[in-house]
Amino acid sequence: MAALTLERKTPRKAIIVGGIIVGWLVLWLLFRNLATLPLDASALTPLHRWVNELNDAVGASRNSNPLFLFFFNEIRLVIDEFVTFIQALIAQPGFGRPVPVIGWLGVVALVGYVSAAVAGWRPALLAMGGFVFLGLQGLWQESMDTLALTLAAVLISLLIGIPLGIWAGLSNRFNRWITPVLDFMQTMPTFVYLAPLTLFFLIGPASATIATLIYAAPPAIRITAHAIREVPHDTVEASESLGATTKQTLTKVLLPSARRTIILGVNQTIMAALSMVTIAALIDAPGLGKTVVKALQTLDVGTAFNAGLAIVVLAIVLDRVTTAAANQNQRRKPPKPVLLGGGVATLVAIWFSYTYVWAAEFPSDVEIGSSIRKGTTVITEWVQDTFPVITNGFKDFTTSVLINPLQALLSESPWWLVAAVIVALSFVIGGVRSAIVTAVCLALLVATGLWQDSMITLASTLVATVVVMVLGIVVGVWMGRSRRADRIIRPVLDAGQVMPAFVYLVPFLALFSASRFTAIIAAVVFAAPVAIKIVADGVRHVSATTVEAATAMGSSSWQTITKVQLPMARRALALAANQGLIYVLSMVVVGGLVGAGALGYDVVAGFSQSNLYGKGLAAGVAIVVLGVMLDRLTQAAAKRWDNEEVRGGKA
Amino acid sequence: MARHSAIAATLLAGALALAGCSGAKVGDSAGAGKTGDCGTFNLAVNPWVGYEANAAVLAYVAEKNLGCKVTKKELKEEVAWQGFGTGEVDAVVENWGHDDLRKKYIDEQKTAVAAGSTGVKGQIGWYVPPWLAKEHPDITDWNNLNKYADMFKTSESGDKGQLLDGDPSFVTNDEALVKNLNLNYKVVYGGSEQALITAFRQAEKDKKPVIGYFYSPQWLLNEIKLVKVKLPEYKAGCDADAEKVACDYPDYDLDKIVSKKFADSNSPAYQLVKNFQWTNEDQNTVAKYIAEDKLSAADAAKKWVEANQDKVKAWLPK
Repeated sequence: MAALTLERKTPRKAIIVGGIIVGWLVLWLLFRNLATLPLDASALTPLHRWVNELNDAVGASRNSNPLFLFFFNEIRLVIDEFVTFIQALIAQPGFGRPVPVIGWLGVVALVGYVSAAVAGWRPALLAMGGFVFLGLQGLWQESMDTLALTLAAVLISLLIGIPLGIWAGLSNRFNRWITPVLDFMQTMPTFVYLAPLTLFFLIGPASATIATLIYAAPPAIRITAHAIREVPHDTVEASESLGATTKQTLTKVLLPSARRTIILGVNQTIMAALSMVTIAALIDAPGLGKTVVKALQTLDVGTAFNAGLAIVVLAIVLDRVTTAAANQNQRRKPPKPVLLGGGVATLVAIWFSYTYVWAAEFPSDVEIGSSIRKGTTVITEWVQDTFPVITNGFKDFTTSVLINPLQALLSESPWWLVAAVIVALSFVIGGVRSAIVTAVCLALLVATGLWQDSMITLASTLVATVVVMVLGIVVGVWMGRSRRADRIIRPVLDAGQVMPAFVYLVPFLALFSASRFTAIIAAVVFAAPVAIKIVADGVRHVSATTVEAATAMGSSSWQTITKVQLPMARRALALAANQGLIYVLSMVVVGGLVGAGALGYDVVAGFSQSNLYGKGLAAGVAIVVLGVMLDRLTQAAAKRWDNEEVRGGKA
Repeated sequence: MARHSAIAATLLAGALALAGCSGAKVGDSAGAGKTGDCGTFNLAVNPWVGYEANAAVLAYVAEKNLGCKVTKKELKEEVAWQGFGTGEVDAVVENWGHDDLRKKYIDEQKTAVAAGSTGVKGQIGWYVPPWLAKEHPDITDWNNLNKYADMFKTSESGDKGQLLDGDPSFVTNDEALVKNLNLNYKVVYGGSEQALITAFRQAEKDKKPVIGYFYSPQWLLNEIKLVKVKLPEYKAGCDADAEKVACDYPDYDLDKIVSKKFADSNSPAYQLVKNFQWTNEDQNTVAKYIAEDKLSAADAAKKWVEANQDKVKAWLPK
């Protein structure tokens, strides 16, 4: 019965959506360029001015406000001490020594030993090789500074994140309350809160650590909550019926069963922390980010790439070790005597690196950094000399057939028309609740005073997300079906995720000029890896028997993919679209650096000029609002699709 | 098997221990840093090469001649000024106008004071690549810009000419200028210095037309002699109303700003900052060492200081 009504309903909805869009086009022709709510780049609204004044007032009262004296200062002190301590151990001269306590030999041995103990031999070899590579790049100290800061941020993130995650996993109410906060933390551009952070926590390790953990803690909280929720109900009920207290259930049942997923949360937190390295460098965070930022002042892509590569190496090492630790079963742990022997060897190595110069400072006569720098420069120059004719043509074509029409429709319609259309579409997709959420979001966009900029950014975001999904499905299916493809492509995806965008902006600018298209490409480089990984994972988990059955019935590969694997991986597809979108939005600011204009530029300018601060903040809020709106819409659409497929499948 | 590995590891450790004992020990040759009465000097380094040239030379002289312990802090301008109040920044040594920041930190919060000119003159304006100025000599006058608007069309500017704006750190009146001078151009926000430099480099190499916002001194001008477009002359006050600006940008006397506390201490480092003055050519020379010859900031400063002892002497505290 349900299936019957659905069959009638689905085409009707398609007609409604089509009708809405046709109506939009007609009204667009009639009302074009009316009530588009534009705002010049240097113009401000009263709201923006008010935020400026508030910001000034907070800054002026800094030295007398008890909140600063007794709260922020204390937090700053603790974090500063903590980071400085880790730095003195591995990165910076400390404790009255001209070098860190543990030199390179000790760090490499320690990393190998810990990796072997928690993850096994292969990750340990990879980790040691990776760390030696950092030294060979000529970036030992910078890498250790970055590692120290990342470790501090990750540890604090977990200290806060895991308990909150457990709470959110146990309490629906808290979960509902914290989800929008996490959305906010993840999509609010860092540039917006970077300057205020230094006002609250001063210039130094504390501000850099806090900036990093604002972005890095949410994955830990979300994934921990998710892990707790995924523990089967039967298990929990069984434990409770046996008379276990809540605490016992938590420590003896929930946490052990959720352990694997929680470690994946740790992994995501590490990745997120590493992706902040370059931005934190803008407030004097030590490490590889500084090298990148400095190199780009002179457009020295080679040096920037070398440092970016070091970040990628750190990320891959930490990723593989934590992932292996999550999948580790008891059987693979090295036996006790080996651990003991390794421990002794590690201690000896640490003692060496404490005592002798050769083991403390990475030898500078063996190095490959300069070759990497030169090689990259040669390749970049060749690419920049050879391709711009083709690439610029491609950019012009895509811009005129895809970006411009969509942008014209969104940004040249009256605001009330766009708002009515989006609310109507939300209603059709997700019902009354969705429509209300959308309406509130749109009202907030109008309130920021940046409606037209938001629409321009929205157009580029939609185009980028479509490209991300096409790539996600094509490459994801390929990786999901072929282990070998997966092995080869995955490191490239990792690089795309953590290589600082600043490194490839210069070649991109040469290839595509400063344009919205360049911004879209940069967003795709960052967002596609996530979508691809999620789709690949989804396709791989379609049960092998189903696929075999389809093949046995004579389905071609194409049929197997389109009729079996993709529909069965639909949850992964929906998640990929959702995450792809959020990742694209998190690149809006980077887009502002390469010619996208609109919200991204507003944020960048707000960070650079104090009288534009309020506008930058408003633009940041607009980005968050766009993110929340699109996130809730895609989730509603995904849920509907899922329900339909399930019901359709039953019929 | 496991036991064997353990023994092997222990043996290896022992062997290493023996081998290692011949190396130099940490702290053997630790020349204890001599510090004079200068103390610590917190120098902000804003993110552009010209600034870095100033900072490099000041830091070098402060360390070598005055025995200060210099802590360079790499910061954006706004964050650096904020540091005056929190006591974490002593000096900013190349300031481009920033009337808003002056008002906030010098006049209102009174945490900062001006410390005089650096001697470097800053210029902001519209520039074209040299090949374009050679081929169309009249393009360097704003009156003729509309004639060439078609040439500057891009995917971003539609049917108008593109005026490439860029670095959001610098003040721009370009939207008002385009409107008030009735130019058939659209301001496109490149959004970063990298976007501007890449555009100009490519334009000169491939003989492509580009017009954009730029400034001097800037290290790129050593490499490509961009030509400035003449806008209606600047007269005091013609840029008072941001909406109605129809004149060129003023010339900037790039100056130094220090924290009030630093100025009151009258330490040797403060006197050095106060006395510091050189010319555009001097800065360009050091900027070239850094940007093109890829010297480290310290090496670039050393090279310049050794060749210009007389200038340096004039900066030292009396």
